[in-house]
Amino acid sequence: MSSPKSTQSPTQFSERQLTFGEAIKEAIAEEMRRDKRVFIIGEDVAEAGTPFKVLLGLVDEFGTERVIDSPISEAGIAGLGVGAAITGMRPIVDIMFGDFTTLTMDQMVNQAAKTHYMSGGKLKVPLVLRTTMGATRRSAAQHSQSLHAWLSHIPGLKVAVPATPYDAKGLWKTAIRDDNPIAIFEDKMMYTLKGSVPEGEYTIPFGVADIKREGTDITLVGTSSMVHIALEAADALAELGISAEVVDPRTTVPLDKQALVDSAKKTSRAIIIDEGYEQYGATAEIASVIADGAFYYLDAPVKRMGAMNVPIPFSPVLEDVTVPTAAQVIELAKDLCGKR
Amino acid sequence: MTQSESPIVDAANLRPEPSDLEIDREQWLHMYEQMCKIRSFEENANELYLSRKMPGLTHLYIGEEAVAVGVCEALRKDDYITSTHRGHGHCVAKGAKLDRMFAELLGKEAGYCRGKGGSMHIADQETGNLGANAIVGGSAGIATGAGLSIKMRGSDQVAVCFFGDGAMGQGLFYESANMAQLWKLPVIYVCENNQYGEYTKNSEAAAGTYLGRAQAFGMLSVEVDGQDIRDVYSTMRRLVARARRGGGPAFLLCNTYRFLGHHVGDVNREYYRSKAEEEEWRTARDPMQLLAGWLVEQGLAEKAIFAQIEQEVSNEVSVAVDFALNAPYPAVEEVDQHVFA
Repeated sequence: MSSPKSTQSPTQFSERQLTFGEAIKEAIAEEMRRDKRVFIIGEDVAEAGTPFKVLLGLVDEFGTERVIDSPISEAGIAGLGVGAAITGMRPIVDIMFGDFTTLTMDQMVNQAAKTHYMSGGKLKVPLVLRTTMGATRRSAAQHSQSLHAWLSHIPGLKVAVPATPYDAKGLWKTAIRDDNPIAIFEDKMMYTLKGSVPEGEYTIPFGVADIKREGTDITLVGTSSMVHIALEAADALAELGISAEVVDPRTTVPLDKQALVDSAKKTSRAIIIDEGYEQYGATAEIASVIADGAFYYLDAPVKRMGAMNVPIPFSPVLEDVTVPTAAQVIELAKDLCGKR
Repeated sequence: MTQSESPIVDAANLRPEPSDLEIDREQWLHMYEQMCKIRSFEENANELYLSRKMPGLTHLYIGEEAVAVGVCEALRKDDYITSTHRGHGHCVAKGAKLDRMFAELLGKEAGYCRGKGGSMHIADQETGNLGANAIVGGSAGIATGAGLSIKMRGSDQVAVCFFGDGAMGQGLFYESANMAQLWKLPVIYVCENNQYGEYTKNSEAAAGTYLGRAQAFGMLSVEVDGQDIRDVYSTMRRLVARARRGGGPAFLLCNTYRFLGHHVGDVNREYYRSKAEEEEWRTARDPMQLLAGWLVEQGLAEKAIFAQIEQEVSNEVSVAVDFALNAPYPAVEEVDQHVFA
């Protein structure tokens, strides 16, 4: 894949601070104003504004015709989204918890993802599936998973995992304008996270990684909330004399392979941190890209850190150990850099 | 599962369409020709399979022609349909070209999907065909979403969802039908009850009645003789008119029969249904013979006209098959095109 030069988020250039949730709502609202074909359908998206309140107020501006409360029928609304998309609308299908995307799988995997290809390029499915990810909310095994790798596995779907308010807004606007089915996974623990979001129009292309912090000794690839774990680790590592570069792919499909390889070539070491289950996870795909593309430059094996391969437990003492932490990243980075 | 004990609800809601009475000889003959095209298409598809000229398998529609034609004749070109793995009939009835359909069956570039879809995935935007679906019941959401889109765009189109009795075992239908009824979407769910889900009799697969299930949503639900195109067409006309004027969705149960197997390779069927049963449907319940017989009886047509239509169709189909056989395959470089728009 061709990779435009990675762009730095101009966070330092903006004084306006929005939360992750506010940035998402602003993106959706702007696109709904811009294009009458855009609508959102899901459980409790209208007056309730979703359980996380991210969409609060959208219905006041756009009405219940375009912010549609649906029955609890994930497969059904995903299917309606596909049908509406094929016939001229640009639906956003809101699936409250990422765990519930399992109920949409036939519609996403067999319908949305394949319609354009199977029709020889005639039909298009401009659909955005909006859902969540992320553990440590004490929500137990069926409300805590990060299942973005499932959809990333399927040709024909694009997948975004934004980490900052700035990225979330730009990626969301791009997604709504894209003619392909897209899934956006939002870490529900980040909705109140604040960050700079400049006034005015901007979009962020899919498939362009962002170097969140430059460094020379080790590459920390983080996705979604794991970007912040990586940044926290990088701060601590700096004090130990280890210069860590933090790379955020921002989208798992398309994946900015060039940026990942370039960073690993520069630093010679890499750790991939992602909150999906480690087995067959996004970390494996990214690690293989780096191992393949930067093999002759590597001084250490490419390491992966994903969620533990267990159903997410309820008890806080158990749940907390299932997710990668900055402390674990620091220890592993020290090992790889031979700093003990 | 027999439906005969179920009441046909809400029939009073179906306003008679005066124009029903004005269907003329030419239109009936056109419908006969359409059914004939489907049958001939399928016979040739079977032949292509048997002579190993067609890759894979295909599911033949022979015996059910009155459903596709009766339904689609009541639609406009810009109305939508979604179809099934047994979808050639729907495709032809909605107006697709036979040569491009055969080309798709053979995996050729000239096919409707450039050979990427095959028999089970023909889609044709030009005629409102949103695509055949190889997931049983998989298009219930798509058709309902098309209905939502129609309503949001303020159009007076109608979306038709074709599916078999087997699809009544899938949950997606119930989620979709619920929303269609809730929001009065212009969707007509056409259940082709050919009585077998693959190799299993529907009485072994379905509790209660199909009509009763749709009625549970408060949906207008009507049962017709799927072998009698007059019954299918006239009922469909009323359902379409009702949907166009904002009257909401409907469920049309068409009792029909698959004359052949689940797919072309399903030749020995006696372990799940008897030859006597098949013979009875073929001889007494053939939709083409039923329409021809009625037209002759009414003095609307002479017997000779049907042989003439069949000959004309046969010629057209031969040309289409030849076109497909001689058409080039897509370039291998196309394999990763159209993954993304």
